[in-house]
Amino acid sequence: MPKALSTIQSCFVPIKIENIDTDQIIPARFLKATTKEGFGKNLFRDWRYENDDEAKPKADFPLNQPTYRGEILVAGKNFGCGSSREHAAWAILDYGFRVVVSSFFADIFRNNALNNGVLPVQVSDTFLQKIFMQDASATLTVDLAAQTIAIDTTGETESFDINPYKKTCLLNGYDDIDYLLSIKEEIQQFESLQN
Amino acid sequence: MPRTLFEKIWDTHIVKTIDNGPSVLYIDRHFIHEVTSPQAFTGLNQRGIRVLRPQQTIATADHNVPTLNQHLPIKEELSRLQVEALKKNCAEHGIELYGLGHPFQGIVHVIGPELGITQPGMTIVCGDSHTSTHGAFGSIAFGIGTSEVEMVFASQCLLQNKPKLMRITIDGSLQKGVVSKDIVLHILSVITASGATGYAVEFAGSAIRALSMEARMTICNMSIEMGGRCGLIAPDEITFNYIKGRTFAPQGEAWDKEMARWQTLYSDADAVFDKEVFIKGEDIEPMITYGTNPGMGIGISQLIPTTETVNEQDKSGLARSLAYMGLEAGTSIRGQKIDYVFIGSCTNSRIEDLRMVASFVKGKKKAADVEVWIVPGSKQVEAQAIAEGIDKIFEEAGFQLRQPGCSACLGMNEDKIPAGKYCISTSNRNFEGRQGAGARTLLASPLTAAAAAVTGVVTDVRELMLNNN
Repeated sequence: MPKALSTIQSCFVPIKIENIDTDQIIPARFLKATTKEGFGKNLFRDWRYENDDEAKPKADFPLNQPTYRGEILVAGKNFGCGSSREHAAWAILDYGFRVVVSSFFADIFRNNALNNGVLPVQVSDTFLQKIFMQDASATLTVDLAAQTIAIDTTGETESFDINPYKKTCLLNGYDDIDYLLSIKEEIQQFESLQN
Repeated sequence: MPRTLFEKIWDTHIVKTIDNGPSVLYIDRHFIHEVTSPQAFTGLNQRGIRVLRPQQTIATADHNVPTLNQHLPIKEELSRLQVEALKKNCAEHGIELYGLGHPFQGIVHVIGPELGITQPGMTIVCGDSHTSTHGAFGSIAFGIGTSEVEMVFASQCLLQNKPKLMRITIDGSLQKGVVSKDIVLHILSVITASGATGYAVEFAGSAIRALSMEARMTICNMSIEMGGRCGLIAPDEITFNYIKGRTFAPQGEAWDKEMARWQTLYSDADAVFDKEVFIKGEDIEPMITYGTNPGMGIGISQLIPTTETVNEQDKSGLARSLAYMGLEAGTSIRGQKIDYVFIGSCTNSRIEDLRMVASFVKGKKKAADVEVWIVPGSKQVEAQAIAEGIDKIFEEAGFQLRQPGCSACLGMNEDKIPAGKYCISTSNRNFEGRQGAGARTLLASPLTAAAAAVTGVVTDVRELMLNNN
């Protein structure tokens, strides 16, 4: 069951890179687990460390800069493209993020995030650049019920889209399986009509 | 009302539509593999439920299997545990598994079509983004996450919003040395790596109609690299002839009944698409990528773009990509030294790919300091290659013919490209670190890869073909 989410006010971690693919979010060599836990320590692994060595963090990568923190990740457009690995969403959640903000999301990542209680917030390019211009102490407020995201220091606000069904699920922590199991008879009736 | 191919299939698979919400889409075939299924089985077990339709679920081990000595236990412990978990889960839930040692084992997107499991008009999913491959048969086929794998296990359905529809029409004939991989890399270079996000993409036109099924699969395979939800091609005589007689293809009366239905699967003449793209076959050159997403490709005779000439989507990332790749803007990519050649993956590991490479390299030798790995897509492809004597041609050329699996496409097994080394690869992704941390990937067709294997540098395959034919 995904954790319910309503309003989040938090600092954010900016990664000003476009087309971040899921191989960067969690490299394939870390997909060998059979559980969903513990992926956070390998989030952006090859961008975080020199030669895969945790003793050698790359100082210029935002996750390694103590000034950046919080539950919101902000990234360039076309976030989450590539592989369908849900491990990317698990790693983001496990690291401590509940919201990812970008000006464009890849389809499969968007679904995977929503299915794990991570909210993808798609904003305009202009708004994204405004967020990137804030300093590390700035906070964002994401209000799922109102479907708005605000830069608290400047008061600038933008609204975002989310499928109404998915919004209800996320506000309440429901998942699709509960719903699909509840309509089992209709599914079986559909099957019987096919043959 | 005229409908598109996509809509004809979609409409017949909707169980119901939630008010203001997604539709419940019925799934005909569910392929699973060892990497994205274990957590879904755990989820089912936690809920105390079983796989609803195990007979519509097909499993294989492909992502992290070794490509040498497959008869021995898997050395890498975590890989072995994942493959063992798949075996146990399939046995518990009554799912047919084509695991290591089985004559049907192979890359999930190679075995589905070759066994005749993939058929026109179906909905097909798998916890793997390259499930789009199966759309070459005129089916709706798309990759899903593990939560969705669990949903299909539990209900044989998924909640889906209908995507927008795009048609990409490629008319005309292809230049010598240009094959289907070049078509799809060319499309990617035109519409970019996010150009089809939110769309189901139908590929149409005379250049597509002229392709074999295996060549069509290469194109649909990479529709995810454009961001597309799925890619599909209307089935025709080439499709039907390919399926007929395969292990799980319908037979006798069942065949006639299916054929009657399959022949209705095309976009009506007046069907409306949200977006249309037109490409001339004659404009396509042998392609190669220079950057770190599959949209960063050029014709082999062109120069690596500069910030002035690159498309808008890749402008801000160009410098970073080229620094990673160790390439220079505004220069020719021909002559770039290559360290590894990888011919394999769900994009280009089928028998026609191997035949294409074999007929090109016959009587030639690989360059001295290049390592060449040929990884067939399945046990059946491997067996066919050996039956045709293709293995001997590779051996004489100094190419290694390995055993089936995903291999160096994503480096989950031992087949990794070392940091800083250049690999010309017939796979689908040139992302940073995709083939191993620090590895530099140049995506190309099997022909262009074979040319580089022989010369040791990025080569315009047409020059070698002119000299030899």
